[in-house]
Amino acid sequence: MNGLGIRIEGLHKRYGSGDTAVDALKEVEMTVAPGEVVGLIGPSGSGKSTLLKCLGAVIDPSGGRMSIGDEVIYDDGWKTPDLRSLRRDRIGFVFQAPYLIPFLDVTDNVALLPMLAGRPNPEARQRARELLDALDVGHRAGARPSQLSGGEQQRVAIARALANQPPVILADEPTAPLDSERALGVVRLLNRMARQFRTAIIVVTHDEKIIPTFERIYHIRDGRTYEEAGQGKAPD
Amino acid sequence: MISLAGRDILHSWSRFVLTGFGLGLLIGVTLTMAGVYRGMVDDARALLNNSGADLWVVQKDTLGPYAEPSSLRDDVYRVLLGLPGVARAANVTYLTMQVRHGDSDLRAMVVGFEPGQPGQPEYLLAGRQVTRSHYEAVADEKTGLRPGDTIRIRRHDFRVVGLTRRMVSSGGDPMIFIPLKDAQEAQFLKDNDAILNERARTAANPALNRPGVPGLLEAVQAAQNASRSVNAVLVQVAPGTPPESVGAGIRRWKHLQAYTRDQMEEILVAKLIATSARQIAMFLVILAVVSAAIVAFIIYTMTLGKLREIAVLKLIGTRNRTIAGMILQQALGLGVIGFLVGKTAATLWAPVFPKYVLLEPGDAARGFVVVMVICTLASTLAIRAALRIDPATAIGG
Repeated sequence: MNGLGIRIEGLHKRYGSGDTAVDALKEVEMTVAPGEVVGLIGPSGSGKSTLLKCLGAVIDPSGGRMSIGDEVIYDDGWKTPDLRSLRRDRIGFVFQAPYLIPFLDVTDNVALLPMLAGRPNPEARQRARELLDALDVGHRAGARPSQLSGGEQQRVAIARALANQPPVILADEPTAPLDSERALGVVRLLNRMARQFRTAIIVVTHDEKIIPTFERIYHIRDGRTYEEAGQGKAPD
Repeated sequence: MISLAGRDILHSWSRFVLTGFGLGLLIGVTLTMAGVYRGMVDDARALLNNSGADLWVVQKDTLGPYAEPSSLRDDVYRVLLGLPGVARAANVTYLTMQVRHGDSDLRAMVVGFEPGQPGQPEYLLAGRQVTRSHYEAVADEKTGLRPGDTIRIRRHDFRVVGLTRRMVSSGGDPMIFIPLKDAQEAQFLKDNDAILNERARTAANPALNRPGVPGLLEAVQAAQNASRSVNAVLVQVAPGTPPESVGAGIRRWKHLQAYTRDQMEEILVAKLIATSARQIAMFLVILAVVSAAIVAFIIYTMTLGKLREIAVLKLIGTRNRTIAGMILQQALGLGVIGFLVGKTAATLWAPVFPKYVLLEPGDAARGFVVVMVICTLASTLAIRAALRIDPATAIGG
């Protein structure tokens, strides 16, 4: 992928119509380069989740433009009708809780995405094992999610998000349930994975522990984003 | 692609198997109900087969001897033997009653027959046929009797000399075969007190006890107490003779009713057990509805327990048809487990039923298809719920 990881220009989202209309997002501007991890911070009701849902192609923005790499995916309308494939192949998700599929073992939780993309099972599992090794949970490959610690589960969730090598990962408060040490561990991993796989990662967070680790931060307030240079104290 | 349904089932196999087991017992009851109906039809056919008759001659305007009471004079068979095309004819009586055996009694259909004639049980499991003129019996194995046992029918004791199989009435009561004369007495002869009473009443009747007519009273009393009736005459026609043509002659000239085998089967199956069949059909419908409700409830509950996982699956790009397929496969898996348990249970408990339960492979195959259809329909509720889940719910806020 050349140029930008993800670029958002003039994105807005309106709920309802007429007198009851609410503008959740107004003129959101945002760019994240490949290999970069940026923070998205804002108080409750500021539009973080709406923005994440728009970026994740699970709700329709009301207007604006979004590009992943050189490809415009939204320009006052989705460029592809197949949003499911867009989510599967171009966007990775990491949630507040890992939300692993409890009836699949760790390997298959990660391999599921390549399988859904049509890759043969052995190839998908090989890819999963490589990612699990990269995230230091390869030794738990055969375990069930319920047998993992919270930190291990979040690592598996990150591996799942990377499984189809998406150019963009959206992380929704990925460190919320973790203690400081584990939270910083997750951020360390996200930074390493971003660099290693040239992935643009947007981390939505309230977590004071990890905010200083971002080199760039987007504040979102009243539906508008404001860019700020972060301290960039990425953990070792 | 891995089987999500299979993995989910393996993950919570104990709950799944236990649920399938419960459903299976219900399916087993359903299969057994169908088997009870099949058994009734088969019993009716066995009853007709084992009688060895081509025609059943009974009292005019009755559906006897199995469906309605029928009474014929016991010399009618001589007249029938004289008709062209009739090879053999024999009297039979049928009486369902309580038979004493030791301190207990059992319900049985007591059949009076003439040894060596139509109506005699053809196959014996143990012992021998009745050879004496009185007080010997051949019993169906379902009576629980054994050769050498003694049973009491009305005023007389009978020794069981043989056992037969699949000889039951249309009501499922096992048969006990005794000599015709004994059966006539059991069916038609009154008890001693009643005979004394009847004799006194006759003697008090001046029309029947006329002075100067010696022997009249005795003759009337003897006629009253004679057991000269039977319920039917079983007729075998000569080889090459159509039973219907012989039956038509009997109906036309002898003022009796004659049924061919097909007609008798129609009476037994379509008339005699029709109410039972409708009853069983109602049970089958209710059981099918209950099974569907159970499967729907279980699958729906299991789906509601996975809302978040389904939302995540949808968010990461799983097709709706993959999710629907997962739920459908689980419903069908439940159906397969239920059917296997049900079929096994029905096979195991069928012999214990007092009535013959005939589990036909065709019924099992139809039952399997019905179970699969029910499971498919039952899964639609859960599939609808799953497809309505918004993938956005996987993202907080």
